[in-house]
Amino acid sequence: MSITAGSRPDGTRPPAAVEEPRAAVAAATVKESAPRRVVKAGKVPFRVRWRRDRALILMTLPVIVLLLLFNYVPLLGNVVAFQEYDPYVSSNGITAVSHSPWVGVEQFSRMFDDPLFWSATKNTIVLFVLQLVLFFPVPIALALVINSVIRPRVRAVAQAIMYLPHFFSWVLVVTVFQQILGGAGIIAQTLEEHGWSGFDLMTDADLFKYLVTAQAVWKDAGWGIIVFLAALSAVSTDLYEAAAMDGAGRWRRMWHVTLPALRPVIALLLVLRVGDALSVGFEQFLLQRYAVGAGASEVLDTYVWNVGIQNGDFSYAAAVGLAKGLIGVCLVLGANKFAHLLGEQGVYKK
Amino acid sequence: MSLNTQLIRSLKAPARPVWEEPPSKAGLTAKGAFLVLCCLGVLGPLWIVIVTSLSPKPVIDQVGGLVVIPQGITFVNYTELLSGGQVSRAIMVSVGVTLFGTLFSMTVSVLAAYGLSRPGSLGHRLFLMAIMATMFFGAGLIPTYLLVQSLGLTDTYLSLILPSAVSVFNILVLRAFFMGISPELTESARIDGASELRILLTIIMPLSRAVLAVISLFYAVGYWSAWFNASIYLSDQEMMPLQNVLIQLVQKNTEAPTGLQQAVRTGQLSALGLQMAVMVLALIPVAVASPFVQRHFKKGMLTGAIKG
Repeated sequence: MSITAGSRPDGTRPPAAVEEPRAAVAAATVKESAPRRVVKAGKVPFRVRWRRDRALILMTLPVIVLLLLFNYVPLLGNVVAFQEYDPYVSSNGITAVSHSPWVGVEQFSRMFDDPLFWSATKNTIVLFVLQLVLFFPVPIALALVINSVIRPRVRAVAQAIMYLPHFFSWVLVVTVFQQILGGAGIIAQTLEEHGWSGFDLMTDADLFKYLVTAQAVWKDAGWGIIVFLAALSAVSTDLYEAAAMDGAGRWRRMWHVTLPALRPVIALLLVLRVGDALSVGFEQFLLQRYAVGAGASEVLDTYVWNVGIQNGDFSYAAAVGLAKGLIGVCLVLGANKFAHLLGEQGVYKK
Repeated sequence: MSLNTQLIRSLKAPARPVWEEPPSKAGLTAKGAFLVLCCLGVLGPLWIVIVTSLSPKPVIDQVGGLVVIPQGITFVNYTELLSGGQVSRAIMVSVGVTLFGTLFSMTVSVLAAYGLSRPGSLGHRLFLMAIMATMFFGAGLIPTYLLVQSLGLTDTYLSLILPSAVSVFNILVLRAFFMGISPELTESARIDGASELRILLTIIMPLSRAVLAVISLFYAVGYWSAWFNASIYLSDQEMMPLQNVLIQLVQKNTEAPTGLQQAVRTGQLSALGLQMAVMVLALIPVAVASPFVQRHFKKGMLTGAIKG
């Protein structure tokens, strides 16, 4: 529906113009100079807007160019998933795309028959579930404990220490774990000194999934509390007071006031996590590939790396990557839909 | 009771709402123990790594591995590593990439965040959507690799900076913060004839020092910790940043950095001590920088979370 300027009986401007006083002024001027022309309400001519906003556009441009080049162009590059891409057919990688033969969905059907692909998928899903169960609740619990500490000094120190590992690289985290839990590590040494047999968590394929979850908790659980603490600090003390008046004890106040306050944040983070289900971590697994072997540590991301970058089978790797990406988008949309059904806002609004 | 003692008392024992019952002794102890345990879990491993890197070779040999209780302190590992050779070079590379990368990322991000901070400006919706859309899909490893390769960026330091220069999340946090600054300020400057760039430099940026510090730290940590791009785009060992050298030392069982292997073989230096010293060198910058920016974290993250 289009509303023309002055179409309202009382002569007020439509609400769209209220938000933008400049736009309204400009619209009015245009109307005066050309009274016959029908000008959409609140709409400034392109020329005026361009003169007004070109500086802003110019400022945004570098990021747009970078994202176009490194996010959108590679998106098109996914066409190699439908080819038998040969990098040597031409001197340049991009022109090689136009020279490579098309094979349709052959790469994808190859994927379905590939046991290594299914093993990587299985590892990915197992790790996602483990992280959801063992990692996700940890920051919430930590935030609840820290929030209940009243002394500001204690809070500040505890938070400062817990944030720290988030800023360490995966290389550091994995190395620390290896030096402590590995075959030559400190725990193995102590056990051997006391006559126990060898102990090497780092190369144990069965325990690997718990090991990486523990690493993730060590690195990022402390960082994860920030957003929950922020949500908790926004809770009005009136609610607690009212609950206390009604006779709610400490635990009931937590159950009926604190946790409901966290609900939207939890829902949002859960949606994000589910949307990212197929990306359980990449560097972490690549770094430990040599120690435990590909059987236990191969997830979809490292599989793409191995097939594509290591073995040079670009088309097949791109097909696996593309399939993963598409499922990922579906998961975000699905999880968000689910959040809406639960009455939460999710990542974007309805 | 004088006002002064009252004040001191209120500082010592933080105000507790009247309706809240005093904490039970058991609850307090359990909470304290839990927090101490968490902090030890973080600091313990770091302690061991630092102590081992500072221990002389005989002590490391005698313990047979990592050292927990320091006996005699020596900086020989550090002086050897920093007196030229593979690790010194890697540190220079990492510092350089981190400095230039952070500067570049901050410049484009701040510009874009300001450019997007006025709803209703021309192209605002389109640009914002184009930027946010990239949060939902990744282009994929293989096409990105092929692109970087055909742009001729492989074996240049640009390949460590350009492909990962922009973090959309950081831009959104900056943008939310800029939008929170009262528009009257910028409006009056504009009436006085200030250009957008001038407004950004003289009004917006001084007002958002906190969030600029936090986002700079995020970018810097990203560049400092990165190793994957270097591992696929660089082939020259001399160009490798510090994290990649660390991986080679620890994961691939190269005993000591090139240049120091002789000293390890002849028993002058301990390979483990050297490895731990490289680790400490890799973690020092972030461990030192993050506490300074820490008090701004919550503020920075909050603006992003609420308005983003």
